[in-house]
Amino acid sequence: MPVAAVAFEEDFLMTGHAPAKRPNQLFRNLNSKIASIPMILVAVGIFLGGSLWTVVYSFTNSKLLPRATFVGFDQYERLWASSRWIISIQNLAIYGILSLIFSLVIGFVLAALMDQKIRFENTFRTIFLYPFALSFIVTGLVWQWILNPEFGVQGIVRSLGWTSFQFDPLYDASIVIYGILIAGLWQGTGLVMCLMLAGLRGIDEDIWKAARVDGIPMWKTYIFIVIPMMRPVFITTLVIIASGIVKVYDLVVAQTSGGPGNASEVPAKYVYDYMFQAQNLGQGFAASTMMLLTVAIIVIPWAYLEFGGKKRG
Amino acid sequence: MNNSVSIRDLSLSFGAVNVLENLNLDIRDGEFLVLLGSSGCGKSTLLNCIAGLLEPTDGQIFIKERNVTWEEPKDRGIGMVFQSYALYPQMTVEKNLSFGLRVAKVPKEDINRRIARAADILQIQPLLNRKPAELSGGQRQRVAIGRALVRDVDVFLFDEPLSNLDAKLRSELRVEIKRLHHSLKNTMIYVTHDQIEALTLADRIAIMKSGVIQQLDDPMTIYNRPRNLFVASFIGSPSMNFLRGELAEEGGRPVFRTHGVTFSLDGYETAGPLNAGRKVVLGVRPEHVRVDGHLSGGEVHDAVVDIEEPMGADNLLWLKHAGHTMSVRIGGAKRFSPGSKLRLSFDMSVASVFDAETEERI
Amino acid sequence: MANISSLNAPVTGLDAVSDRIADQVATGPRGRKPKRVMSARNIMLYGTLAVAALYYLLPLYVMVVTSLKGMPEVRMGNIFSPPMEITFEPWVKAWAQACTGLNCDGLSRGFWNSVRILIPSVVVSIAVASVSGYALANWRFKGSELFFSILIIGAFIPYQVMIYPVVIALRELGVYGTLTGLVIVHTIFGMPILTLLFRNYFTSLPVELFKAARIDGAGFWQIYFRIMLPMALPIFVVAMILQVTGIWNDFLFGVVFTRPDTYPMTVQLNNIVNSVQGVKEYNVNMAATLLTGAIPLVVYFISGRLFVRGIAAGAVKG
Repeated sequence: MPVAAVAFEEDFLMTGHAPAKRPNQLFRNLNSKIASIPMILVAVGIFLGGSLWTVVYSFTNSKLLPRATFVGFDQYERLWASSRWIISIQNLAIYGILSLIFSLVIGFVLAALMDQKIRFENTFRTIFLYPFALSFIVTGLVWQWILNPEFGVQGIVRSLGWTSFQFDPLYDASIVIYGILIAGLWQGTGLVMCLMLAGLRGIDEDIWKAARVDGIPMWKTYIFIVIPMMRPVFITTLVIIASGIVKVYDLVVAQTSGGPGNASEVPAKYVYDYMFQAQNLGQGFAASTMMLLTVAIIVIPWAYLEFGGKKRG
Repeated sequence: MNNSVSIRDLSLSFGAVNVLENLNLDIRDGEFLVLLGSSGCGKSTLLNCIAGLLEPTDGQIFIKERNVTWEEPKDRGIGMVFQSYALYPQMTVEKNLSFGLRVAKVPKEDINRRIARAADILQIQPLLNRKPAELSGGQRQRVAIGRALVRDVDVFLFDEPLSNLDAKLRSELRVEIKRLHHSLKNTMIYVTHDQIEALTLADRIAIMKSGVIQQLDDPMTIYNRPRNLFVASFIGSPSMNFLRGELAEEGGRPVFRTHGVTFSLDGYETAGPLNAGRKVVLGVRPEHVRVDGHLSGGEVHDAVVDIEEPMGADNLLWLKHAGHTMSVRIGGAKRFSPGSKLRLSFDMSVASVFDAETEERI
Repeated sequence: MANISSLNAPVTGLDAVSDRIADQVATGPRGRKPKRVMSARNIMLYGTLAVAALYYLLPLYVMVVTSLKGMPEVRMGNIFSPPMEITFEPWVKAWAQACTGLNCDGLSRGFWNSVRILIPSVVVSIAVASVSGYALANWRFKGSELFFSILIIGAFIPYQVMIYPVVIALRELGVYGTLTGLVIVHTIFGMPILTLLFRNYFTSLPVELFKAARIDGAGFWQIYFRIMLPMALPIFVVAMILQVTGIWNDFLFGVVFTRPDTYPMTVQLNNIVNSVQGVKEYNVNMAATLLTGAIPLVVYFISGRLFVRGIAAGAVKG
């Protein structure tokens, strides 16, 4: 509606004093169009064009420099034959699924606890959220230190007398991804808690009153009434966490550098290493196209649900 | 007659703010009581205390002669209807009605019987399988009432149930709530800021201001014999005309004098002595002013028409009279153009005299 | 007039008070239901919150105590024990002497690099995005919403997908590896969220304001500078918080778009800590980590609610 209204004024104001000739469409609202050039360049040139370019060049055999020699699905075949890529994908799946589950559950439980009209709410929120202000590099390095087998958690438990205690995720290839998960959850659950708390605060106070008059216990109110009402909040949070998970890179670089061996490799790191270090651009493009595909699978259904039904305007 | 709900010395304060102060109230069995006041007067707070959704700082609440001050809302024998309906959006109407009963482990047949009855009374059978989002505002409010109905309780609490509806639906549902009360004969406590709802629905109205009940009476008494200046100005639209002046005596009979004009107080039912010299406020409702001096017995005064507001059935005149502006409601057929002079008199039997200091009715 | 009326109002009703209530008035429950402070519910509630708070605070505590210990003490034992002897030497070393590759002038170089990157990047990205948001809110043209949709969807695309085309573009412009190049990169990738932020804010302002200004004859830039900018100060602060923490914490762009001597602090920190040569000095590492985290932490603690507003605005769709 406002679009039409503004456009109408436009015509009216701009032709008001000029001859009856209608001005050229292209020059109408010219300042706005000039001001929007950076945005248009970024949206079309980088986001749309850049992604397409990468997808197209993932079908070439580019090495050090991009070359338009097309080799079909060769790069993808090589990618899926690479054990490092398979490990990356497995790690991402484990990290992604567990991180989604834990951050949603922990985030919601913390938010629900914070919503009980507690004292020191601001203090608790400040504590839960501060890791989110820190970079993944800082997060990764702190947890690298805490999980240090000699001086960290394992060392302390052993020094307390339990000498056979074994917990060194950063040096044990089979559980290294859980070490990264602990750090990732520490950094990100505060955000989920904040989003959930905002969602809980958005629930009509009368709903809680009605449930109390109906004699519904608090936990049942949460499960059968409040959580179903918060579905949009959950979905939005899910999409935000998920698209963040696919990008996970810095955390791994800082905490384990992909090690031990390549046990904690992730796709984003695979892409970076092939593009900028192994000088095998084609592999990098193919891997990043797979990442794009993953995000598309998450985002498109959501965008369709969120915006598809109603008209934009 | 038994009391359904009794409130004794109820106080509630949030920090230093006293929302309710030492409030006493008895509501009879089967009575429709309306708590009326502007926002922030404590009427909703009082209702939430009765429901058990707010804890009073002091005082006691009895429902059916049982002290329920410390009871949970579900154990108080009340049902409640909210302004925002507060239906559970993810459940069908049928689930909305039955959820509380299922949680309370009421036998299945019993639940079905109660839902059938509620649906029958409120005529919502066709809606039972729909979700709240698919219902209109009026239908939602009906379901909300149904949720209170299936609880089989003695006392119904309504918290501004019609405020979210448009004017037309509001008047329709108002009639329905009245009909519901006639057929169920339950005790109903109804909070509103709308005086029309209060006047049309209530057996008795409690007018509240700053956490204190100003007057508790049946609608006609409230309208015609307001206890104080606040009640008089709160009820009635357009508002009652107030003339500041003093009492005097003429020929041994009490009169009201303002700006050099006197009005005989013949016919006024007074509760106390009308001592000459006392500063008072005379209140007269717009429809209790007669123009053209048709009223026999009372004095007649000259006035000038300032503005005329024809409203179809009625015609509202704004007059200038002896230093006052006053509004007068006359039949829609009689018309006066601005500037025209007319003669007016007051019906003192339904007028009110308030002490200018205490603002209490004399 | 106090509550005279409330006291005598129910007189008629009180006549009907039954004696059954009368004796309960004296003895029965009254006022607030008494609650124990140490109820099971409160213990559960605050207990859980306290344990969670401990988990979140632990790493910060470990960083601080480790950075204040000497290396012998670190090797002796427990990362959780407070320092027996407080020393600031690790901090000095981290700031001025720590080595990355050939350079041994500490994190200070990275810090100043980050500052040099941060200031122009924050200014340029916010300036561009605020104008775009303003155009989208008040001066829509054919296609503007489509471009905006592409921009927002672009926010979900992993950077890895677009990073190489950006490298090529910057190389063509001759700014690859320079400060200008990195400022452009931060402006590009900060654009979706910032534009969304400003667009939503300007849309929420009353449209009559804009119409009145147009009737008064103000144009695009006049309305922006004279009316919108002064009203948008709070949202500029939110955007600044978002950008300062975001750009300071960036690692990927720093590593891709700068050369070793212009590496931002995060990259340099990672190189210091994860360098394989030499003996690991954990206390220096933690001091360096704290130094790098200090700026966003200070921003966070000062901005408080605005930070929450920023991430909420970023997270929840408009």
